[in-house]
Amino acid sequence: MKIEAYVAGIGVLGPGLDGWPGSRGVFSGERPYQPVPTVLPLPALLSTTERRRTGRVVRLALAIAGEAVDHAGVAAAELRSVFTSSTGDGQNCHELCEQLAEPAPQISPTRFANSVHNAAAGYWSIATNAMPPSTVLCAFDSSFCAGLLEALVQVAVDEERILLVSYDADYPPPMHAKRPVPDAFGAAFVLTPQRNARSLARLEATLCMEPFDRLGEPLETLRRSNPAARSVPLLRHLAIGRRARTVLEYLDGSSLAVDIEPCA
Amino acid sequence: MRPLVLSNFTATSCIGRGTAQTLESLVGERSGLAPCRFETVRLDTHVGEVADVDAQSLPPQWRRYDCRNNRLAEIGLQQDGFADAVEEAARRYGRARVGLFLGTSTAGILETELAYRARDPLTGALPEAFDYAGTHNTFSVADYVRRRMRLEGPAVVVSCACASSAKVFGAAYRMIEAGLIDAALVGGVDSLCLTTLYGFHSLQLCAAGPCRPFDVARDGISIGEAAAFAVLERPSSRTASDDVLLLGVGESNDAYHMSAPHPEGRGARRAMEAALLDARLEPGAIDYINLHGTGTPTNDRSESHAVTSVFGVSTPCSSTKGATGHALGAAGALEAVISALALKASLMPGGVNTEHVDETLTARYIRHNRSAALARVLTNSFGFGGTNCTLILGRAG
Repeated sequence: MKIEAYVAGIGVLGPGLDGWPGSRGVFSGERPYQPVPTVLPLPALLSTTERRRTGRVVRLALAIAGEAVDHAGVAAAELRSVFTSSTGDGQNCHELCEQLAEPAPQISPTRFANSVHNAAAGYWSIATNAMPPSTVLCAFDSSFCAGLLEALVQVAVDEERILLVSYDADYPPPMHAKRPVPDAFGAAFVLTPQRNARSLARLEATLCMEPFDRLGEPLETLRRSNPAARSVPLLRHLAIGRRARTVLEYLDGSSLAVDIEPCA
Repeated sequence: MRPLVLSNFTATSCIGRGTAQTLESLVGERSGLAPCRFETVRLDTHVGEVADVDAQSLPPQWRRYDCRNNRLAEIGLQQDGFADAVEEAARRYGRARVGLFLGTSTAGILETELAYRARDPLTGALPEAFDYAGTHNTFSVADYVRRRMRLEGPAVVVSCACASSAKVFGAAYRMIEAGLIDAALVGGVDSLCLTTLYGFHSLQLCAAGPCRPFDVARDGISIGEAAAFAVLERPSSRTASDDVLLLGVGESNDAYHMSAPHPEGRGARRAMEAALLDARLEPGAIDYINLHGTGTPTNDRSESHAVTSVFGVSTPCSSTKGATGHALGAAGALEAVISALALKASLMPGGVNTEHVDETLTARYIRHNRSAALARVLTNSFGFGGTNCTLILGRAG
């Protein structure tokens, strides 16, 4: 079976990268990359009460998911989703661990509910009333590739449209020293089984043992800095808009090769 | 879906190491729950603790993965000839053609919780020996099992709270169907930690005594821990009539609330209907339902609504969490293995601890074991974030 899908929409947020339209030129090399700290918007989709409960990671995931869905012109409520993240909410985890280190721990129920790895997917489904299946993955530094593979396999096997959301953010100290992710980065894609008027490119993936692609600076530093930024080689080719092949970093010893064919 | 065979499966929980002890406990209607004595936790609750987990060592070359969660994984791999079955699949199909799909909610976060008690008093730094990737990270259990079993295929952790290790069956199926792998090691490993004990306590969701699913006086969950695994592959001439098949997977979202189920169980209903559709079965084809049945007032009410709306009031059902506790991210795989044992042993396990079934819950809850030839069993797993997964298992012949 061919592991293929059409990209119908993209969302991006990261240091100096605010949305796909503004980031394309950076990825394609037409504009210089000028990293400034990632700005995370409050999720407009959520009610005021729920908005207050969300941390950085949920805001990141909802922002890029929203952008990708709008770009694709599809109804979020009808989409299946694959969320993938190495870390989940690092700030929330740090505060929980601090409270649990007290002699008589008292933790907040909201903080506990937000500690699940699928918190962002939960908030997204509530915000958009999306009841189709949603899964949430982790493969440490390979989380983006694992998510892309799962999403493409779902498109191929079930012939359904999928929202893929890959996101990771920084831990505060002291966890930061053990997992030094410098800032928030996320990329989201709407993938469809058939080509349509909105299709940007066709992707076809194969597992392989080839060495993965590294980028020139400064994008290579970005790629390596955050697990979700392992998507940058793919974003770069989508921005350039020419037929290309990229080999993405997966688990040690294995890679995911992606053939990109623009639809324009 | 095209059925897959569970060519080997195993479970370790507070009711036993391996399937023989687990079945013996189920046949004896025994609960493994006991007052919480875990670590420094002195909450007024019961837990399903697996005995002597911390006496288990990991092979020396994998010491960086040493934590309670991976010790429990190691114990699980050693039961029922499971590690040998994985090795056999790796040799038959090639190491890169065996995928690895594990569910967990908290992985080895206990190591981090302990490390936060041992921070440097001046700098606040965590101890040098604390290994984030090997223990805390959600992927650590799959990373450990992948290296331990020398698998080279795709590997991932599904972390959707308490539906995690049911959903891995769907992920493995899709990748086999896509032709990327020939076999999959699926399962779930979750272990006791402070986050879940104090967390569920903060939500007032922990029962004081052993949990009593579907009881009129039910008052919450008992947290457990488990390692449960299966090898999935396509049926072949090696498949025997008493082997167990995966017949259907159904997934959905409630889209309702982060930590409470939809009152009428709309997502749960959708997951069960999707599983039936996937298996091309009518509701009447299901002989027994292993419920999610956590024992909280709202969860059981919501699930009973959903079950009745799909199956009516006559399909026997029960929760085995009164015996095992709620193994959270490992619950889906644990209960898939219990469902497989039920099929093989012609046993509907009764819901232990439950004394007076809540008569306002209309699903047909069974408190005691029944012997009956079972052809197909359905098992539910639901989690925080409103995530739902239903599996249907059946006998091969």
